[in-house]
Amino acid sequence: MKFAVLVFPGSNCDIDCYKAVEEAVGEPVDYVWHTATDLSAYDCILVPGGFSYGDYLRCGAISRFAPVMNEVAKAAEEGKYILGICNGFQILTEAGLLPGALLRNTSMKFRCHDTVLKVVNNQTPFTNDFDLNEEIVIPIAHGEGNYYCDQETLKQLQENNQIVFMYKDNPNGSLADIAGISNEQGNVIGMMPHPERAVSDLLGSADGKRMFTSILKAWRDTHGTASVR
Amino acid sequence: MAQQVSAKEPTAQQIAEQKIYQQFGVSDSEYELICSFMGRQPNYTEIGVFSVMWSEHCAYKNSKPLLHRFPTSGPRVLMGPGEGAGIVDIGDNQAVVFKIESHNHPSAVEPYQGAATGVGGIIRDIFSMGARPVALLNSLRFGKLESDRVKYLFEHVVSGIAGYGNCIGIPTVAGEVMFDNSYDGNPLVNAMCVGLIDHDKIQRGVAKGVGNPVFYVGPPTGRDGIHGATFASVELSEESEAKKTAVQVGDPFMEKLVMESCLELIDSGIVLGIQDMGAAGLTCSSAEMASKAGNGLELYLDQVPQREEGMTPYEMMLSESQERMLFVVEPKDEAQAMEIFERWGVICAKVGKVTDDGRLKLLHHGELVGDMPVQALVDECPVYEKPSSVPAYYVENENVDTQRYEEVTDLGGALKKVLASPTVASKAWVYNQYDHMVRTSTAVRPGSDAAVITIHGTRKGLAMTTDCNGRYVYLDPEVGGKIAVSEAARNIVCTGAEPLAITDNLNFGSPEKPDIFWQMEQAVDGMAEACRVLDTPVIGGNVSLYNENASGAIYPTPVVGMVGLLHDTDHITTQGFKQEGDVIFLLGTTRAELGGSEFQYAVHGVTEGRPPQLDLDTEKKLLAGVLGAIQGGLVNSAHDLSEGGLAVALAESCISGLIGAHVTLSSELRNDLALFSESQSRILLSTSKKQADKLQAYLSEQGVPVTLIGSVGGESLVVEINDAPALNETVEGLRQVWEDAIPCLMK
Repeated sequence: MKFAVLVFPGSNCDIDCYKAVEEAVGEPVDYVWHTATDLSAYDCILVPGGFSYGDYLRCGAISRFAPVMNEVAKAAEEGKYILGICNGFQILTEAGLLPGALLRNTSMKFRCHDTVLKVVNNQTPFTNDFDLNEEIVIPIAHGEGNYYCDQETLKQLQENNQIVFMYKDNPNGSLADIAGISNEQGNVIGMMPHPERAVSDLLGSADGKRMFTSILKAWRDTHGTASVR
Repeated sequence: MAQQVSAKEPTAQQIAEQKIYQQFGVSDSEYELICSFMGRQPNYTEIGVFSVMWSEHCAYKNSKPLLHRFPTSGPRVLMGPGEGAGIVDIGDNQAVVFKIESHNHPSAVEPYQGAATGVGGIIRDIFSMGARPVALLNSLRFGKLESDRVKYLFEHVVSGIAGYGNCIGIPTVAGEVMFDNSYDGNPLVNAMCVGLIDHDKIQRGVAKGVGNPVFYVGPPTGRDGIHGATFASVELSEESEAKKTAVQVGDPFMEKLVMESCLELIDSGIVLGIQDMGAAGLTCSSAEMASKAGNGLELYLDQVPQREEGMTPYEMMLSESQERMLFVVEPKDEAQAMEIFERWGVICAKVGKVTDDGRLKLLHHGELVGDMPVQALVDECPVYEKPSSVPAYYVENENVDTQRYEEVTDLGGALKKVLASPTVASKAWVYNQYDHMVRTSTAVRPGSDAAVITIHGTRKGLAMTTDCNGRYVYLDPEVGGKIAVSEAARNIVCTGAEPLAITDNLNFGSPEKPDIFWQMEQAVDGMAEACRVLDTPVIGGNVSLYNENASGAIYPTPVVGMVGLLHDTDHITTQGFKQEGDVIFLLGTTRAELGGSEFQYAVHGVTEGRPPQLDLDTEKKLLAGVLGAIQGGLVNSAHDLSEGGLAVALAESCISGLIGAHVTLSSELRNDLALFSESQSRILLSTSKKQADKLQAYLSEQGVPVTLIGSVGGESLVVEINDAPALNETVEGLRQVWEDAIPCLMK
């Protein structure tokens, strides 16, 4: 299985995502520049956190126009696994691959600390290694993580089981305590907390590791375990 | 030679006759000297260039004699003071690069941008050495957290630091914030950056190779920050507010691109010399690079990328627009360099050439508009030995009895008062605004004695801290200086690391005043002695003087930034008590020492007397003993005793560990002294029952005074002194007081 970590000007969690893939699942992983026009070699695309284009104008608003985003949309349609973390989540909403938007935290301040998340959907390719309603510790680090969508969209999210993670103690004012959602098909996920920062006990939590093992498991289930490593 | 570039600019003759140079902080005798180096009267651009190069900020003209007193070498030091940052060997062909720098004056006027650009500047110092920045720290001082102005400064300085560090993706992992009236109107904002480098990648800021092209990298030059270095070298006044244009505006996104592209350039191996444009911008970087190579430099100012129309040579040379770098490559490597910057979308322009005539020549619109001897600019600024005299307050304080206040019997109330004092209270409000986890190497987060980051691919780590108690330094600068270094070392050792070296930021009032200069001398002597005894040389730093306003000078605040080497991540130790039944030891000796203590300030509202004394040999033994015990696996938690003494250290270990403790002390001191004295060279350790005897025997063998004082457990902190109850508070109650203090004040 092959992972891509996208790099936009201003991405700063790209290295962390790369290291997390190496350490959590040991599968091949490449950095892919924002100008790339071919993602066909990759099975999973990680859209990392950071401040792409300085978050100028609006978080993710400029990145969505990067050439690579056309390929991300294609990959999403093809059913490949796409995980947007923090700024990556913001980019995916701006690109229309996920519904809703991320507003400023209600505290109006950047917040960085551990949060407890409830896994409310463990049927996605990203969460199959968790128990349903399991509580996991994953840190946040954002100023604009306050998830918002209209009531109709919220209803759809709930009915389609698209809410994947919820905060136990809402840190940013997110609607319905939403920390992460998926698209209708379940192959695109966006979340504000950083699973790549929680892959070893030395860092404070290893709970995030299981997102990466989940992805590998899902891929193997569809591609067979004998595939090349 | 063009005498005048713009009709608005005074001529060389007018500058001399009307003494216009004085506005730039150049004295009459300095002006005479400049004229003799030039062999003529300097024009407006030239006097501007000289004035910034000869400012305290760039030339250290008032502090140089003192800086020579510091030990700056050691077996591990690869680069001492003089370059962008100092470098220390950590084995395996790796080295750690670090430096601290102040942005006090800009932050006092425009706190968000002042603090943000302070962070940006120190990051450039690190990556211009070729190092990958891996952590940020900061040391902040504000007035009493009561007035709207102080709250405004605090709020915006913190968000400025957050805004820059978070965006560029370097974790802000440690620091300190203290509040005291003496910083009212003169906040201190010192930022430190730590980087990692392989030995063979170390860069220098030299303009090597006559005929080689000189490149400018980064955003276009604007009119911001003109004369920032001069501004930083005078006292603040009401006019300072009007000097907001001397404060630069930061763009961390641009710096991220400049950093990544410059690191890629350095990695390619083609760079001959590289330096950031910090204080005094293009002037300082070009003059210093030429000077270090013994060469000259020609700058073609028309080629300098410009943000605004009609900029004069004077403005371009003195602008402190941010995120800019200067580098030199061989002509054959030009295309390769340009390609890297194109890929990152960063402006790169050829703006000059290395020459052999030892002169800095400025060309504009086909005319020579400035021609100055490089050596005079960089090395010939006069150095002043200022007069010093013992201040009256110091003499008076000798006779102050720090026990003159009636004994405080409500010790629980006093503890809560001290825990709620913003200097001691939890700083989560601050560090939760900083991304302290990006780069996924933060093993000990902010809030413990020192932060620890791991070194990817090894079992090693780096511990780092900043420390200085300005009250101690004020009451006795020599002792206070010693304490600043020792406390930093204690913090490093408490995390399980070995102290390596320090960077210092000497924040003082005006050196023109003999009382202040005496503080500087004494503090530097104390620090230097501590550095010698503890084997932690000074590898670089910064001096910030003139930190005073109409109501007086700040407390002398020589901030110490220390980095330690953690030999194995298994040694990582934190301050929180770990488990029920663990045994608690107090190391060191408690004396009746309340001078300059947080208890004295928070409970009695004064700062007086002599500060705690410190014996460096005792300190050295303590550090060696504790480090040996931790490395030997004998310690479960370690916490340095500092502000608030034993009572606060116990409370913090309980709060961090979310568990209580039962402590029994026997003491000849008054109860309030036993709990709140700030005697130095003391550390609180806890260990399992099984290891307790071994730990005690080991420490005694090492000559460390060690007393078993209690055990971990329960939900309360209970202290008995001489068999009588002294303190009984729930950990939850203490936690609330400690955690809520700053958020409540900032609401």
